[in-house]
Amino acid sequence: MLEIQSLTKRFGGLTAVHDVSISFERNKINAIIGPNGAGKTTFFNLISGAIPPTSGKILFDGQDVTGLRADQVAKLGISRTFQTTTLFDRATVLDNLIVGHRLRTQSGLVDVLLGTRRLKEEERICRVKAQEALDFVGLSHVSHRIAADITQEERKRVAFALALSTDPKMLLLDEPAGGVNPEETVGIAELIQKLVRHGMTVCLIEHKMDMIMNLADKIMVLNYGEKIAEGTPAQIRSNPVVIEAYLGSENAAA
Amino acid sequence: MKHIDGKIGWLLLLALAIAFPFIAAGNDYFLTVMATAYIFAIATIGLNLITGYTGQFNLAHSGFMAVGAYTVGILTVDHNVPFWVAFALSGFVAAALGFFVGIVSLRLKGHFFSIFTMCVGYIMFLLIEKWESLTHGTVGIMGIPAPEAIAGFDFESPRAQYYLVLFFLVLAVWAMHRIVNSLLGRTFMAIRNGDDLAEALGINLMRNKVLAFMLSVFYAGLAGGLYAGFVRFLGPGIASVEHTFDMTMYMLIGGIGTLLGPLLGAIGVPWLTQYLQFLQDYRFIVFGPLLIILVIFVPNGIVGSYLAWKTRNASRLATQAAARQIPTQTQATGVVGRGQQKGSSHA
Repeated sequence: MLEIQSLTKRFGGLTAVHDVSISFERNKINAIIGPNGAGKTTFFNLISGAIPPTSGKILFDGQDVTGLRADQVAKLGISRTFQTTTLFDRATVLDNLIVGHRLRTQSGLVDVLLGTRRLKEEERICRVKAQEALDFVGLSHVSHRIAADITQEERKRVAFALALSTDPKMLLLDEPAGGVNPEETVGIAELIQKLVRHGMTVCLIEHKMDMIMNLADKIMVLNYGEKIAEGTPAQIRSNPVVIEAYLGSENAAA
Repeated sequence: MKHIDGKIGWLLLLALAIAFPFIAAGNDYFLTVMATAYIFAIATIGLNLITGYTGQFNLAHSGFMAVGAYTVGILTVDHNVPFWVAFALSGFVAAALGFFVGIVSLRLKGHFFSIFTMCVGYIMFLLIEKWESLTHGTVGIMGIPAPEAIAGFDFESPRAQYYLVLFFLVLAVWAMHRIVNSLLGRTFMAIRNGDDLAEALGINLMRNKVLAFMLSVFYAGLAGGLYAGFVRFLGPGIASVEHTFDMTMYMLIGGIGTLLGPLLGAIGVPWLTQYLQFLQDYRFIVFGPLLIILVIFVPNGIVGSYLAWKTRNASRLATQAAARQIPTQTQATGVVGRGQQKGSSHA
């Protein structure tokens, strides 16, 4: 579904991502792991169009999306979450989510000033989409609460809901379980599995090894911007290069 | 409850504004102060769109107000264009210029955008001051004609001018209400909350920022055009950055990023400074600390704090309601959600 061909990103003299090629399959959970500063988030930024690559190619559903802007990539169906989600704290959770479906609407300034039927219809659709997304991530009960009052874990789920309300084909999740406690991590993992059951393709960055090893269909390991391994969790766990660079001998024993 | 600070509240304000000349009982000075406040309120509402709703603090705003004012001044005095034709152009000239300034300056983010626009504003001021063949320089433009009579209504008397300005203020507030409560307004607010997230949600940052910028300076230009027809004299001072800072103060006191806040600030603060006039230059010793205290303890402004309090209350009530009747939960939250949106939309 997503095919990356020798993707490279240089910031001045620093090569953040170097010659990475990989393909992510439809309806699977793909994970990217690696130590801090390995280039994981840069890799996400490249796929989502937040920054342009220095060289290489990104194909999404066979279409070349290299060099497109982030909003164009989002319209094509790749949606992403961030490590921290900036919400408008004084508004309700639902209010924060309505804009999520904006990219599928057409209404402009003229519709706004004239109050056209199209605008009303699109606003209704956006509201329905936001509510559906909230229901899906299991947050119906906080839809009317103000964003400042929700917990860290709920915030993570709101990030999922925002991404979902764009009607994506593929989700890029940047540390979806970062900063949430172990029980809540299980809940987030279940949510990711639920997404895949509903036909979503997921690609995630995560530091929590237990979660990744149980969840992922395929894992790619980055180190200093280079791909040092890819494979199933079992293959990764027994790969000596990965153990050396990242997992540590402790994990190998386990 | 929600209707009291919703539609009815707005109608009450409008009724007060219409009744004001009768309350002021022929005191032309009061009418002039109020009408001037309304003109700056229109410009402030515009500034609030780009700064309060879209999160880009434009410091060239008074420059654009001057562009609108000089459009009317130059066209009516030097080229004998009827006031209404020149006035109709004032907003569009400012917006057209705003397009070019916008596509350059909006590439910058945060403080850099503000610093850049401050420079742009100063260049506009200098141009107006030095380009004597066009703007009459420091001498200024004198003898701007009053708006021509429409259907028998002339705008010579202070009362008629007051109502004229009020009419455009109502129009400006109504249009802004439409904008900020629509998907378009939500788009702008998403940009304010975070560029990266907004772009990841498929929002074209540049296009929407430029649109917000143009709309914002359209308001400034229109306010400038009204100012020219109302004061009938123009000097380069109208473009000075102090006016932008005044408008910023109105926004902060009333509540940045709310519809009512900048309006109340722009009307209330001039009256407050009027009443502190007896302190002469010392009034800023009173006013300065007052402003600092407000910014520290009421950072959301008066209206912003009230809205936050109201939303929080509604949130609490809805949580309790949801807890009481779990079986019909989705239905209940649906209704509450809609009610709240109504409530906040009118404020």
